[in-house]
Amino acid sequence: MIPQQLRRIAAIGTTLVFVLAACGGPAASPPAATSTNGGGTATPTTGAGQPTDAPAEPTAAPGEPTAAASEPTGDGDLNVVFIPKAVNNPYFDAAAEGAQRAADELGGDFTQIGPQNATPDEQIPYIQDATTQGYSAIVVSATGADEVAPALQAAMDAGISVVGYDSSPTSGAYDVFVNQTDFSLIGGALAEWACNLAPDCSGEIAILSATATASNQNAWIADMETALEDEQYANLELVETVFGNDDPQESTTQAQGLLQSYPDLRVIVAPTTVGILAAAQVVSQENSEVKVTGLGLPNDMRQFVENDVTPEFGLWSVPDLGYLAYHVAALLVSGDITGAPGETFTVEGLNDGQPYEIGEDSVVILGPPFTFNADNIGDFNF
Amino acid sequence: MSDYQSAPGSVAEPPAPDPSAPAGGGGSTRLLAAFARWEVLLLAVVVAFIWIGATVSPVFLAPGNFGNLVAAVMEVAIMSLPMALIIIVGEIDLSVESMAGLSAALLGFLFDAGVPLPVAVVACVLVGGLGGLFNGLLVTRAGLPSLVVTLGTLALYRGMALIILGPRGISGFPSEFTSFGFGRIPGTPIPWPFLIYLALAVVLGFVLHRTWIGRRLFAIGKNLGTAQYSGIRVQRIKLQLFVLSGTIAALAGVLLAARFASARADLAQGMTLTVVTIVLLGGVNIFGGRGTIVGVALAALALALLGNVLRLTNVSAEIQSIAVGGLLIVSVLVPNLGRWLGLAFARVRGAPPARAGPGA
Repeated sequence: MIPQQLRRIAAIGTTLVFVLAACGGPAASPPAATSTNGGGTATPTTGAGQPTDAPAEPTAAPGEPTAAASEPTGDGDLNVVFIPKAVNNPYFDAAAEGAQRAADELGGDFTQIGPQNATPDEQIPYIQDATTQGYSAIVVSATGADEVAPALQAAMDAGISVVGYDSSPTSGAYDVFVNQTDFSLIGGALAEWACNLAPDCSGEIAILSATATASNQNAWIADMETALEDEQYANLELVETVFGNDDPQESTTQAQGLLQSYPDLRVIVAPTTVGILAAAQVVSQENSEVKVTGLGLPNDMRQFVENDVTPEFGLWSVPDLGYLAYHVAALLVSGDITGAPGETFTVEGLNDGQPYEIGEDSVVILGPPFTFNADNIGDFNF
Repeated sequence: MSDYQSAPGSVAEPPAPDPSAPAGGGGSTRLLAAFARWEVLLLAVVVAFIWIGATVSPVFLAPGNFGNLVAAVMEVAIMSLPMALIIIVGEIDLSVESMAGLSAALLGFLFDAGVPLPVAVVACVLVGGLGGLFNGLLVTRAGLPSLVVTLGTLALYRGMALIILGPRGISGFPSEFTSFGFGRIPGTPIPWPFLIYLALAVVLGFVLHRTWIGRRLFAIGKNLGTAQYSGIRVQRIKLQLFVLSGTIAALAGVLLAARFASARADLAQGMTLTVVTIVLLGGVNIFGGRGTIVGVALAALALALLGNVLRLTNVSAEIQSIAVGGLLIVSVLVPNLGRWLGLAFARVRGAPPARAGPGA
């Protein structure tokens, strides 16, 4: 008998909780609404009443403590949340570093929160909850362009500025997308680095790529081949392109094969972070004179810059990516830009002080590929 | 031989010489009380989470937030219902996440090929049933452990999904479809898929707790040998449960594709862990024979609330992971701990036949 009663109590209690949870919402909504809507009304994309001349002006009142960062106050503060594909990723932590710097300079708040695994089903709740919390802007690296779009659209409908960085959501599901680099410039940069590393800019060079079907790499290699036709690279001879499938083991084997097949090889160009690391390791182990360059992560390549196997290589400055993304978010929040193609703005310390122009599909490009070498690699940690 | 399988689950049970006893006789009175206590505990946890959420975040009680937190767990909650039944009969289905992924991939493939969406959805759900049938046949006819079989199909179905669709994502679904996944019932914060969940929970809850089918499920999980000797067609019931699980997992895959407005082969990756967590947290015994749908529903709600509260307070993902993992271990540990303590206490009092007590 007693268990029956307990079961009944449990059932009634459950119903109560559901009812409470459903009814508690509307009943408690006035204060909650002030909070969320407050964020909304304080972030008109038209920028009524906001200073339009000084984007670097702190928008937060100096007297306001920003300690309660976990709870957006929604009263006009610049309160930006970064939602990367996944947290505890050195790449995104490096971007966060730049974003934090921008927040400090602008007097805004910066929060980074996100899923542990880079999947849409883990990331979407973060976007939705950030919307509920009423941040003034959400900066997101999309785990899936289409998947996160409805959640971002809902955030935009709620008056929140949405900025994409690193990985783009579907066009239309963001106000501005900050692209890390102009991909059309990578091919030229690869040719230039190869030329710098080959003695007298002459001799045999080879490419160690990712997979044969990787669209990014194939486009960059095609661009590089076009660039090599230029007269200044006339003495460089591209002998072969091999594919390491972005697998460390396979990339190592392919790099060893290149060294054996081409005794006169001068430079291996690897436009992939896996390939460049594998090639540099092979070259170091075999004490070869061959140089390695391409696209790599500073932390991976540090030792090879030191032992002069990879005197220079490139990627983009990831902290600058976060820095620019935060600035773009701040400009959207203040209403200085709306994200429409053709708008221009300047961010001090980036792009040689030249204005950025918002391009097609509301994309802003951080800048040309960034070259790492012995002089600057110490400044980066990602 | 089959008696051995149920042995770990019945630590505190009498050997049950009377075949009819485990099927819901007077002996289970004490156990029913234990279930009830577990659900009351879960209810307290849910209320505590709501209270904490409302205290720490000013936006927690906003109706939109309630909708979001429910929507975020809808697919795992739906998959947890058949999983509860499967675990109650002493089996497990680890392949549900891949089945959902396969279903989503197939949906994308068919839609991309111009098949009308309703037809594609039906096809996906049917394929889910077939996948479940395959699992079930290997378990019941080939006599293989479900842990191994579904671990195999966990990899197999994901591989098939990747072959069917490759790495691409298919989008451009009609807006009625995507707004069913992402939208809310007009005028409420309730996401549409909640209706599916509710219907499923009511039907399965009724079947499990109010019909002879449910009594048979408990009997199978509690003591397989006894169930077989008493004429229950154990293999057929298990086969049907696997088909049900595959079908529902495929449905969850379709819902995921709708919610994400995109069908991809890698959808639902890692969800099995959450599904099993919900079931065990809901008080279903991992060794079979015990559990309630109300408990599983409360557990899903508790998990949804926990995730939401942690996100709203910007607790980092690794702490959330620790919280969920800890919750899972506690949920398995606490009920057993209670019984171990009870046994130890009985021994100390020098009353070894404590187990003879509830027989009357």
